[in-house]
Amino acid sequence: MIYLDYQATTPLAPEAREAMLPWLSGPEAMGFANPHSPHRPGRAAAAAVDLAREQVAALLPPGGNVVFTGSATEALNLAIKGTARGDGTNVFAASAIEHAAVLDCGESMRGNSDVFTISVDEAGLVDPEAALPDQLQLLAVMHVNNEIGTVQPVERLCERVREHSGYVLCDAVQSYGKMPLPDGPDMIALSAHKLYGPKGIGALWVRDGIAVAPLIHGGGQEAGLRSGTLSPALCAGFGAAAALAKARMDEDAAHVAELWVTARDIFAGWTLNGSAEQRWHGNLNLRKDGLDVARLMSDLRDLAFSAGSACASGSGRPSHVLRAIGLTDRQAKSSIRIGFGRYTRPEDLEDACARIVAAAAAQGV
Amino acid sequence: MITKMPLEPLQRAQRIYLDHAATTPLLPAAQEAMLAGFAEWANPSSPHAEGRRARAALEDARARIGKALGWEGEVVFTSGASEALALAISRCRLPLGAASSVEHEAVLRHAEGTARLAVDAGGLVDPGSAARGELVAVQQVNNETGVIQPLDRIAEVVRAAGGLLLADCAQGAGKIALPDADLIALSAHKFGGPIGAGVLLVRDWAMLRPSGGQERGYRAGTENLPGVLAMAAALEESGDWLAAAVRLRQRLEQSIVAAGGGVIAGESPRVPTIGAYRMPGKSAAAQLIRFDGMGIAVSAGSACSSGSLRTSHVLGAMGLDDKVASEVIRVSIGRETTEEEIIRFAAAWSEVAGKASAAA
Repeated sequence: MIYLDYQATTPLAPEAREAMLPWLSGPEAMGFANPHSPHRPGRAAAAAVDLAREQVAALLPPGGNVVFTGSATEALNLAIKGTARGDGTNVFAASAIEHAAVLDCGESMRGNSDVFTISVDEAGLVDPEAALPDQLQLLAVMHVNNEIGTVQPVERLCERVREHSGYVLCDAVQSYGKMPLPDGPDMIALSAHKLYGPKGIGALWVRDGIAVAPLIHGGGQEAGLRSGTLSPALCAGFGAAAALAKARMDEDAAHVAELWVTARDIFAGWTLNGSAEQRWHGNLNLRKDGLDVARLMSDLRDLAFSAGSACASGSGRPSHVLRAIGLTDRQAKSSIRIGFGRYTRPEDLEDACARIVAAAAAQGV
Repeated sequence: MITKMPLEPLQRAQRIYLDHAATTPLLPAAQEAMLAGFAEWANPSSPHAEGRRARAALEDARARIGKALGWEGEVVFTSGASEALALAISRCRLPLGAASSVEHEAVLRHAEGTARLAVDAGGLVDPGSAARGELVAVQQVNNETGVIQPLDRIAEVVRAAGGLLLADCAQGAGKIALPDADLIALSAHKFGGPIGAGVLLVRDWAMLRPSGGQERGYRAGTENLPGVLAMAAALEESGDWLAAAVRLRQRLEQSIVAAGGGVIAGESPRVPTIGAYRMPGKSAAAQLIRFDGMGIAVSAGSACSSGSLRTSHVLGAMGLDDKVASEVIRVSIGRETTEEEIIRFAAAWSEVAGKASAAA
């Protein structure tokens, strides 16, 4: 089996797994302690959480705090709902290619907020000078798109939103730890399992001075912003994954760049969805007219690639991202996503791409 | 290359852990399931073979959890009980109308402006007070005192009034049978599973408004499969140890009473694993520092609030005055607690209490 779906999730780094094990202890050690308990085992667990928070923060801008959450989805919901004006004057805008976690959250607020969509061009890029709505409270714009990999002009948008005295939320799930983050966002959402860390933990970075109202109330953990016992194991796994990504960022990026060149050569006759330059090169979203993707997948059962995001790919709905860049439903349905990263071996990628090309040729397309 | 050395947890040698209501050691079966889950790292929503395998494991765990709990309704995976409670309260088709005055903060903070159901001196809610045609939140087992609420009776009253019952069963699950409630929140790390996994049990999807995303549209976010697998394994472990826990606690309480201490809600039905004890003349904060120095982990109320040293809202609701409440600590025993540990703790309690009365 060759795994080429790194945007859906990534393999757990051995280093992250190692970092988690001491905190998954049974009664033989005290690693299981509740980090919010004031006794010594609790304080040791809290120290592990603090270290993890520093490791995660080391890839983020200064002047803010990391709030651990259960997922990036929760972090995005917290940011969007937690900063919404509650007096009926809230204005929220999001790019048309945001993740469903952002778009669905926006939809759910339509009753008491004005919700706007900022379109993208055929290359999958938001116009940095796009018109912004008046009284804008929050703009959500992702750094790297999860389906087509395009890198959005976040910095310029941040400058402009600041002139409107609004905030910018940046979904950096696909880019965090893989490339430097843009300057300027007020909040940044992250997920550990897209970074070779564990599932079940994400984070919201919040710039100092921004008031966010919690969604989950209770014991008052995370300075009251997110109640619920923190898992020292998940935090440690996230922290170790972040530290590793920071140390290896250039090496990982160079590896991905080589893989990209290899794959692009093999798919010479295919059309790339989204900009070739403004993009994370670990994402290859391609189409070929007439391609039957379902058949391709069933012909190649030992290759794991996708037809869009994991969340939506079971649904059969055409991708909202591919539609937003102007593809017809037919074109969208003849598109595939190939994602690779740190643990992808060049020979596996070559083999997989060659077999996809051959299987497509056998369909006569 | 990780630049900093990973921190190490404390080793068990010479420590006595009596804070199982805060969190429990991971059971070996859960640990094993978790490690196996780390190898199963695909996204359960991906349609490729790896994703389908992860999905199959997730659905298998869902069925096993239902079976272990004797629950025939729906099972929604969350990051823990706090999220499950928030989900139930924010997505229920009925608004939250009332909550007992001894609920965990995870309920009370969502319940501002709603009615409080009072408790008596024994910490028990009067079922008659729960007759409301809204969502009513009453916990199964109190996290500070171990008191078990008469939920089956409360459920009848709530339903007769056209309401729905939300039961926080974080402290009861795995120890006593689930109550007959409509929505139930659980947390894996209170029964030997991992921190970071929980469930919301839903009698009928029609009780909730969907939000989109995973979990059939009721909870968005990639599921924590290793956590879910470990949670299922923990729930399937035997509850045989609870009989021993009853005896251990009896022994502890006899000793505490003999040394001049008081048992909170000693006459009420309680789970065998949690007890709250008053040491007259010695503040809980001072007791905790002494015990911690002696290598014993206990707590003052819940872990979430025990750093804050606020007076417990639970003890206040039971009519204890602030002075008395400030002298109460929580001792919670678990599967691996031994008789020797209880004897050592009882002796330590007497020692600390002796110095307290000498100083007084």
